[in-house]
Formats: sequence, C-alpha cells, structure tokens
Amino acid sequence: MDLALSPEYESFREETASFLKGNADQAPGSGDRGMKHPKRLAWQRLLIESGLAARTIPAEYGGFGAEPDILKSRIIAEEFAKSGLPRSLAGQGISMLVPTLLELGTEEQKQAYIAPTLRGEIVWCQGYSEPGSGSDLASLSTRAEIDGDDYVINGQKIWTSTARQADMIFCLVRTHPDEKKHHGISYLVFSMETPGIEVRPLVDMTESANFNEVFFTDVRVPRSSVVGEPGKGWQVANATLTHERGMLGDPNAAETRLLEIADLMKSETVNGERLIDNPMLRDRLMALQGEVLAMQANGLRVMTSRLRKESAGLAGLLIKLQGCELNHEIARLAIDCLGEIGILYGDSPYLKQGGAWQYRYMYDLGLIIGGGTAQIQKNIIGERGLGLPREPKPAVA
Amino acid sequence: MEFALSEDQKMLQDSIVGTLANISDLDAVRLVAAGDTDATGISNGLGELGTSQLLVPEVYDGLGLSALDAALVQEALGHHVSPAHFFASSAVAVTALMAGGNEAARAEWLSKVASGEVRLAVALTEAVNRREDAGIIEDGGRLSGKALFALETGEATHVLSVAKGGRLLIAPLDDGVTIRELTTIDRTRTFSELVFEGVEPVWLEEDAGGMRALHRTIALARILLAADTLGAAQAMLDKAVEYAKERKQFGRIIGSFQAVKHMCAEMAAKLEPSRSLVWHAAYLFDEQPERASLMACHAKAHMSEVGTFVAKTATEVYGGMGFTDLVGLHYWFKRIGVNRQLFGGPEMLRAEAARLQRF
Repeated sequence: MDLALSPEYESFREETASFLKGNADQAPGSGDRGMKHPKRLAWQRLLIESGLAARTIPAEYGGFGAEPDILKSRIIAEEFAKSGLPRSLAGQGISMLVPTLLELGTEEQKQAYIAPTLRGEIVWCQGYSEPGSGSDLASLSTRAEIDGDDYVINGQKIWTSTARQADMIFCLVRTHPDEKKHHGISYLVFSMETPGIEVRPLVDMTESANFNEVFFTDVRVPRSSVVGEPGKGWQVANATLTHERGMLGDPNAAETRLLEIADLMKSETVNGERLIDNPMLRDRLMALQGEVLAMQANGLRVMTSRLRKESAGLAGLLIKLQGCELNHEIARLAIDCLGEIGILYGDSPYLKQGGAWQYRYMYDLGLIIGGGTAQIQKNIIGERGLGLPREPKPAVA
Repeated sequence: MEFALSEDQKMLQDSIVGTLANISDLDAVRLVAAGDTDATGISNGLGELGTSQLLVPEVYDGLGLSALDAALVQEALGHHVSPAHFFASSAVAVTALMAGGNEAARAEWLSKVASGEVRLAVALTEAVNRREDAGIIEDGGRLSGKALFALETGEATHVLSVAKGGRLLIAPLDDGVTIRELTTIDRTRTFSELVFEGVEPVWLEEDAGGMRALHRTIALARILLAADTLGAAQAMLDKAVEYAKERKQFGRIIGSFQAVKHMCAEMAAKLEPSRSLVWHAAYLFDEQPERASLMACHAKAHMSEVGTFVAKTATEVYGGMGFTDLVGLHYWFKRIGVNRQLFGGPEMLRAEAARLQRF
C-alpha cells in the first residue's frame, strides 16, 4: 500500500496544471453552444496536440500516441476538475466507437473515422436498444438484408442520445435471422444522412429530450459498413459495453457533488437555522460522505488492478450499480435540503443553481436504468462475481 | 501508487487465517461460548505468530508493523468469530502507550507487553459513551469509580483506562479492582465491569494535553472494530453464497432465483467498497495521522451499517436454518451487532465526523 506519487508523476501533474493555467483563455465558455462550435473544436485540437485528449490513441490515427498510463489519465482528470475548464470531448464516438475500431475495424475504417471523431468533426450516436429489446438486447429485431453490394435496413432504435446532432451511427442489426439470437447480429457504421432515417425526439421526465427514437425504412448502406465479421456483432458490441459501464459510476464526480451540497447546506438557512445544523440532514450528509469515501477507495483498488493488468473482480463489477445509486441519493438529499425550493423548476424565480439538483435527481434515476439496469447489474455481480447459477431458461411453449 | 496489500501482508493474512482455521474453528468457538473453557488456549496459539509484538516498535523488541497489518489480523479474527485476545491487549493498549506514554513509560511497558510479562485489558468506554454513575475519578493520586465494558480482562495483569478529564492510565488488576463479568449477546468475547477502590495508577501523561493521545487510541480502536466487522460480514456472505449454491426448493438451486441472487449481489456490492474504506482508513492512520480520526469515524460508521445489512440478509438467505444454533450463523450476527455499539454507534460517529470537519 503506497498512495504517494513518484516524482515523475508529480512533475507531470505540475506540467498539466501549468498548461491548463496558461491556456485557459483558449477554452470555450458556457456561451459557446453547439457540439461543433469553432472554439470547442479548436480547444479539442489543442488538447490532443498537448496530450490531454486522445492521449493513448496512436498518432497515425490522429491521437497523441502515448503509452497507456492510468495514473496520468487520472492526474489529467483531476487537474481539469481543479481548473474548472471544460474537459476534452467524450461522446459515445470517442469513448465507445474508437476503442472498438482500434481493436476490430479495417484499416480503411480506422483511417476514415478515428481522427475526425477524436477532433469532434464527426459526432456519433449508438443504435443498440429497441422498444422490444432493452435488458435483453440480443433479442433485437432491426433487420439488415443483403441486396447486391448493400444492406437494406428496416426497424427501430430507441434511447439514442445525440441522434439529432449525430453525423454517423454505430448500430446493431440482425443480418442472420435463422441463427441463435447472439449469433445473428452485425455491427454497422453508417451516415445519419442516409435516406430513410427518421429521428424523433423522446421527451423524458426532466422535460428535455435527452434521447430519441430512430426509425429505419429501407435504409441502404454498403456492405463495407460492417465492423468485425458479419454475424459477430454481439462480440464487437460487448467490448464497448464494458467501456460504458465504467463511465457511468465515477466516484470523483460523486465527491464533487457532495462538496457542492455541503456548501449549499452551510449557506442556506430555514427559520434562521443553517441546514447543516439540522441533525437529521447532517447525518444523511455524513452517511453519504462515508459512501463516497468507500467508492473512492474502491476506485483506487480497481485502478491498481488495472495497472497490474489483473482483474479487479467484484470491486470492478459493482461500480455501475453502486456509483449510480450513490449519485441519485446525493441528489435526493439536495432536494430534501432545499424543501419547497427543491420543487421549483424550469425558469421559476427562487431557483438555486438553475435547478441543477432537480434535474440531476431525475436524470440520475435514468442512469440507474440505462446502460444495464440495476437488476441486470445484480445478475452480473451474482453470476460472474459470486458464481451463482443463471436463471434456467423457460420451457418453450 | 499502489492500493493493494503487499506480499508480506498477504503472507501475514495467510498465516493468521491458517492458524485460526486450526485453533479457532467453530467447534473451538462453541466451547468458549458455552463457558467450557476460556480464551487462553486460542489466545496463546495466536500469540505464537507474534501478534502481541505486532504493533510494538522494534526498539522495544516488537515487530514494528502498521495499523493496516493489525487490521488484517483483526479482520481474520472477525472472520472466525475468534475469542482470541488481540484487539485490546495488543492493539489498542499498545497504541495508547505509543501515543500517550513518555519515553520512560513506553520503554518499560511496551517491552513488557512484547515479552508477555504484562497483559493489558482495556477499559475506555467512558471516554466515548459514559453512562450515569460510570467513570473513574482520581482523588489524592488514587482511583475510584467504575468502568463498563472492559475488554480482554480474562488473562490481564493490568488495565489501560482513562480518568475523567481524558488522562490515560495503567492500573494493576489486583485487590483494588473488582471484576464482574457482563453477559452480552456475543458469547465469543467477554465484557466486564471494573470497580476501582483506592487504586494507585501509573499515568501515561502529565496531563490530558488536549486528549490527543486518547483520540488517536480511540481512532485505532474504531478502525479495528470496523475490520472485525468486515471479516465477520465476509464470512456471512461466503456462507450465504455457499448455501445458495446447494439448497434446492421448487426443484431449483435457490441461488438461481433472482430474489436470492440479488440479495447476495447487494451484500457483495456493499461489502467490497467497505473493505477498501477500512484498508484506506488503516493506511492513513499511520501515513496521515491528521486525517485518522475522521477516517476512523467514517470507516466504523459505514462498516457498521453494511455489517448490519449483511448480518440480516445473509441470515435470511439461509432461511430457517440461519436462525438455529445448528449452523451457528448467529455468532457472526451477534459479533457484528456488538461491534456496532462499541466505541460509538453510527449516528454518534457521523455527528463526530461532522464536528471534525467543522460543519
């Protein structure tokens, strides 16, 4: 056990901090909206050149080309958090598609997509879930049939975030309907401009359309759109699902929120009493702090396993479940602290922090469900982590 | 940067666990619990591995190991619901001597602890949760009053305790001290009431000095109790999972039912981060002493909540058998329940955590 950083890393931290300080004026502000705002793209380009984005992606594909080093990645994340500057882009294209292409894409696909995706010039969306295939993703029924040199796609996807902004989609479709469900799927990449694609926004409980429905009617894409082998799309997709689950339960994000709520409780008063002086609310805050500390220590343990290229076992499998529940509990405490102010929404006067806690309380419930529901996570922990038997398959009626 | 046990620590863990599996299995625990024998045999067996020298610095003939090493020993003891003495005599008392003792006291007492010439019981409850009428008062250099929930008095020659005002002391357990056993739900360990009548103590400190030494001692005690609960809860989870893989109802292994599988998954999902927290708190006890008290509060409070959840849930997975004495799961259930209350329950610890951060 040694939590100190060696001098090499300490100086890397200093360099990172001073780079961010020196270039703060280049960073886009909150007014520079739009995923492809020139200031955002320029900032991303600067971060890649400086090794603070796309760090471990080979230079030949537009990355910085450094050796993977989890500690340096962590230092970068921490220094961004301290600086308050916007981080590098991290959409589904960068976090899920790029690793997949690097592993399984053809040279042509790598050359065509990786660099512009890293630079933010191609925005991607993920076409996995369907109305009839949520937790049971492998039962998906969107079909792609071969016609000459093309696939012709018909069906529907749902929960497709950024579909309206996306230039491209990576999409799971059934190409071999006669095979068993896990074997008949292919992983396709194609343009969202292709004729026959219709995107409908899906308004959720936050009153925003964070997701969309995507309809395919005779959408014709070339057969070269397949990543990996045709019919092996399930294996291709599984590589990226692991990336997503790690993303959804970051303990450092939970700490930042806990500190925000502590500040709120110290500054807000009800009947002349600070919220932090209410023993029940304070007890809840401390209980959550204990959980955040446990998840942070757990994160250090998982990181050590990755550094040693060992499996983190249970400590890794539980992150999505525990992290998402914890974030939701933190938001729930904030709402209870705010009381009636916590029911205000939209453009109401008296809102605190623009209604951010109300939004998170609802959005974070979505994250408990999305990316593998809490119940699916518990199956994974029970079966892969504890070795409990799978549910027997129901007899075919 | 490395958040993991060292090879030496894994070896320590293996040797303690291996020894306890031999000398402190459930049959041996049952004999102590029934009062057929006391903890001496098991304590001596554990002591042969050097546990009483573990935290004593090398200059005083000890091994000079860390709080994390002590936590690993305690975790193994909890795992085996072992009656073996270690917590009070070899960890808490030694920490008090290190934190509070002047050089002369340290040299004298720590060497004797390491050699086994002195065995220290610990009576510190009144520094955390003082009941009406309890507490030790000093008058004219002599002690009177009573201390509740004293630990490891069985083989002790002396007791490490604290007088009102927070000054740490050592008193001989001879004619001036009456020991009366308190029956608790946990038969794997003994708890006693000590009544002092005109006892002359050795003071570890000139004055309480802001109670720094006392706070450090209590922090170590809390981290080790959390470790004990961690071990006990892990044992309960292991047993529940093992049972869920064997037991059949409705023609199926019960662990294949999601209702049961999810109970096991919830236990594991809460327990693994708690393990990381306990290790982290034990590591920081030595490496960042200024954070020790806060981390100890959080580790014990959180571990107690998770321990209570695991104790209840694992018993339920075992169904009716979990409720019986046949399986003996109740020894773990009760040990976790007792640990929760010792040195401050979760609500009290969280209030203290808030105070320590000036909230």
